[in-house]
Amino acid sequence: MSTNGDAPLVEVESLVKYFPIKSGLLSREVGRVHAVDDVTFSVREGETLGLVGESGCGKSTLGRTVLRLLDPTSGDVKFRGRSIAKLRRRELRPVRREMQMVFQDPYASLNPRKRVGSIIAAPLQIHGVGDKKERRKQVQDLLQTVGLSPEHYNRFPHEFSGGQRQRIGVARALALRPKLIVADEPVSALDVSIQSQMLNLLDDLQEEFNLTYIFIAHDLGVVRHVSDRIAVMYLGKLVELSPAEELYERPIMPYTEALLSAVPIPDPDLSDQRERIVLEGDVPSPINPPSGCRFHPRCRYMTDICAQVEPPLVDYGNGHLAACHHPLNVDKETLDRVKVSKLHTPAAADESAKPRDTSGESPGSGHLEV
Amino acid sequence: MAAIKHQFGLDRSLPVQYLLMMKRLFITRDLVSYGNQALNVVPAITQAAPVTFSLVIGAAVIWVVFSVLIGLLAVILKGTIFDPLLMILALIGISMPVFWLGEVVNLITQSPNRSVIFSWVPPLGYVPITSNPWQWFLHLIFPWLTISVLYIGFYARVLRANLLDVENEDYVRTARAKGLSERRVLIKHMLRTSMITFVSLFGLDFGVLVGGGALLTEVVFGLPGVGKLTYDSLVKLDLPVIMATVIYGAFFITIANALVDVLYARLDPRIRPA
Amino acid sequence: MAEPLLEVKNLKVSFRTEDGVVKAVDGVSFTLSPREVLGIVGESGSGKSVTMMSVLRLINDPNMQVEGEVIYKGRDVMKLDKDQMQEVRGGDIAMIFQDPMTSMNPVYRIGDQIAEAILTHQDVDKRTAHKRAVDLLKQVGIPQAETRVDDFPHQFSGGMRQRAMIAMALANNPDILIADEPTTALDVTIQAQIIELLDKLKDDFGSAIILITHDLGVVADIADRIAVMYAGRIVEFGAKRDLFYDPQHPYTWGLLGSIPRLDRPKTARLHSIEGMPPSLISPPQGCKFRPRCPHAFEKCMEEPELVSRVDKRDHLDRCWLEPATKRVARYQTIEGGQAA
Ligand SMILES: Nc1ncnc2c1ncn2[C@@H]1O[C@H](COP(=O)(O)OP(=O)(O)OP(=O)(O)O)[C@@H](O)[C@H]1O
Ligand SMILES: Nc1ncnc2c1ncn2[C@@H]1O[C@H](COP(=O)(O)OP(=O)(O)OP(=O)(O)O)[C@@H](O)[C@H]1O
Ligand code: SF4
Ligand SMILES: [Mg+2]
Ligand SMILES: [Mg+2]
Repeated sequence: MSTNGDAPLVEVESLVKYFPIKSGLLSREVGRVHAVDDVTFSVREGETLGLVGESGCGKSTLGRTVLRLLDPTSGDVKFRGRSIAKLRRRELRPVRREMQMVFQDPYASLNPRKRVGSIIAAPLQIHGVGDKKERRKQVQDLLQTVGLSPEHYNRFPHEFSGGQRQRIGVARALALRPKLIVADEPVSALDVSIQSQMLNLLDDLQEEFNLTYIFIAHDLGVVRHVSDRIAVMYLGKLVELSPAEELYERPIMPYTEALLSAVPIPDPDLSDQRERIVLEGDVPSPINPPSGCRFHPRCRYMTDICAQVEPPLVDYGNGHLAACHHPLNVDKETLDRVKVSKLHTPAAADESAKPRDTSGESPGSGHLEV
Repeated sequence: MAAIKHQFGLDRSLPVQYLLMMKRLFITRDLVSYGNQALNVVPAITQAAPVTFSLVIGAAVIWVVFSVLIGLLAVILKGTIFDPLLMILALIGISMPVFWLGEVVNLITQSPNRSVIFSWVPPLGYVPITSNPWQWFLHLIFPWLTISVLYIGFYARVLRANLLDVENEDYVRTARAKGLSERRVLIKHMLRTSMITFVSLFGLDFGVLVGGGALLTEVVFGLPGVGKLTYDSLVKLDLPVIMATVIYGAFFITIANALVDVLYARLDPRIRPA
Repeated sequence: MAEPLLEVKNLKVSFRTEDGVVKAVDGVSFTLSPREVLGIVGESGSGKSVTMMSVLRLINDPNMQVEGEVIYKGRDVMKLDKDQMQEVRGGDIAMIFQDPMTSMNPVYRIGDQIAEAILTHQDVDKRTAHKRAVDLLKQVGIPQAETRVDDFPHQFSGGMRQRAMIAMALANNPDILIADEPTTALDVTIQAQIIELLDKLKDDFGSAIILITHDLGVVADIADRIAVMYAGRIVEFGAKRDLFYDPQHPYTWGLLGSIPRLDRPKTARLHSIEGMPPSLISPPQGCKFRPRCPHAFEKCMEEPELVSRVDKRDHLDRCWLEPATKRVARYQTIEGGQAA
């Protein structure tokens, strides 16, 4: 199959992944963790899609399901136009070569009893690439590519620092010359100075090998730096998807707005000036997610409708999608144009427009019959 | 042969055999010993059980108290020569075979020319607590100590290892940072969480012992408990009694397991249902 | 200048290990004034935790050696006896730790753990202590404090546990609250909640705060002064604004430049500090940052003192470069090539 220029490399369609919670003698299913719930997006070849959200919102699960390391509950994942959600193990093998993962914890993701050389060579061996000698050469090249030295071939992981281990993990992922790399918080465990080395390395590799990244992180600064587009997740839902710069300039979903304003800025004056939105409370349980918009219990623009109707993911133009009844930073015309105005009313940030106390005649509640 | 088979219902299907057995054990209680046709099995066990209980409960009190003391002491004295010394003592205790230790104790305390220090020791045997508590105590003191030696050694080592693990826990550091005294940190914060493992081990060992596991001690000290009963019937191949003691043993081990689970949940709120 | 509340003088902490002596803290000195917020920033392993734990003498590793003085209210904490030390801990100086998940004893109720802190230092009965625990939980923003006070730690979320830890630390109105990376294990939105809470509580309780973090952004908000640590030493120390707007040490520049920032236009490449933190067993000769420093020159083979090199007396640094040279050199690092 040949790739035509604009076709997305990965298409995720209404992807759902629930984890059953079993209890009792008979392992009866008593509930489900709604880890990923009806997520749709696509990734173009050569681009970096950033995936952000708070702990437990389903980022890792989504990444693993896209790679079929987990079987989806429903929905589909297409790689180069071909559905892989239901492929059998053998059919999956050639696809697997093209998709790799880098894991968060540089300490736990490398087998401590194996030498670095055989860790990186493992995927080559599994897929029967080359003979022993060729593989050795290839691994030494890879070590150099990720900024380690070929002499490290015979060392053990524990002899390396966290940043170096993460490089080993990247080398392992690169071994099969994949097209897509899902990087699950590759820098979260590293110190800032090491983190920036790693980000630069990932950047260089993307250019050199024309890689496509799905880059998972919870640090919005990091995600902005690496991503072309950014997807924001909240409790298993995709709540906003936007070109990177635009997300920071005009977030539409109030959760994104709050998330952005919570990022500490290393500049005292700017930090003093800016308005901080401190979200109240914790992320609710993904076992019984809130009704309607999942963010409504913590949202300062919440009205009755938010608790009752789940907002659809609406395209506000320029590839900027968001799911919210009271979108921010959207003008009247755009709202009219996207034709969901019956449900959606713009939100304003000031207190007077805050329609939280819904005594009956608030702007949102009039549309409930819809 | 066929008659005997029929008497025990061994010619019936397995589930029926089982039910018949249970009926004879618990309802009609007319399962009769081979060796001594006058001996009904169930009353024999109910007579022997209090002896075993006296033996095991007394020993358990001793071993819990002493192993906790030794475990704590070893942790307090960590870094001094006494910690390894205590642990070597414990190891010696663990490796001491019970019957051998029992015989040695008997040799010292029972022989006709024993030293005057042991002149108070009564002859081997058992006196029920209901007839004479003091004599009950005197008769059991050496059997108690004999059993305990092994368990004190074992439990002291387990506890010490646990305490040293817990010592590095963040919440112990928090407790120190609150300004609690070392003693309070040790007893309230470290010992309490260490007891979770301790108690689960204890429950299982206790169940096994009550269920007849103290066999050797009972034999050596001539205590007519369940262990002795099992031993005697094993020697005589007295099948009905063996069956009954095995079921009795299994019963207590199961009960102990269940109790451990309940206790475990009491000790560790994390596994308590919300 | 007002009488300092706490004065650490030339603190040195080392650990004997199989590979050699780890000099975890090597000559750290600082003062803390009443009600001040002091930020301590540095990478993993730079000695932030060891410094603060030694102030409370919380490390009891037989292989540890401590030198130096920690003067609190005119007394050297290092010389206090056991009872006096226990009075200081949790009473005068309280401490909270990084991981809220493991910092509370899982088998006791939250309220009892807070009450324990109160009962240790105050002469009150259990009922009063329990009531005070409820009040404290309310003050740190736990909803339904009256009922939640009887929860076990595992029933609290990470953010709530950190709030409860803060409540416990403030239970005895300490003069100093040491917070060792209180938000590192938490999500950004929860981190924002906790920082705001600390900011509010420092006024309510009148405590000075020492806030340890590896994130310069966290201290930009609430710190008054900031110390940057590297390889067991303070390499730069100054008022917050001086440190952010007139940073004197190349390591500080590197830290500032390595952060992908939301408040600036996106740069093509991040600045990165090459290499790795030095070994604490055989540290490099001279300036400890020298092997990674792009501006190193001959003089750097000799270790610079922590002294003031600019016109501000309270702005200290450990770098041989001339302040004038620095002003030119640093922009490149911090602004990632887009010289201002
Ligand atoms: N194998 C599993 N069985 C049951 N529940 C699971 C499993 N894996 C993940 N979950 C749950 O699914 C939800 C999403 O988890 P996931 O690991 O995808 O989150 P995340 O966004 O990657 O969070 P983090 O930032 O902490 O890594 C969580 O509530 C988690 O507890
Ligand atoms: N008990 C110990 N024995 C040996 N070395 C130790 C001990 N405790 C700490 N160290 C070492 O001391 C150095 C400083 O550690 P410290 O915990 O103070 O770092 P930190 O700045 O708090 O880092 P982090 O951000 O990772 O918490 C580290 O290199 C550490 O390995
Ligand atoms: S003293 Fe030298 S090596 Fe150290 S930071 Fe300054 S210029 Fe760099
Ligand atoms: Mg994850
Ligand atoms: Mg630390």
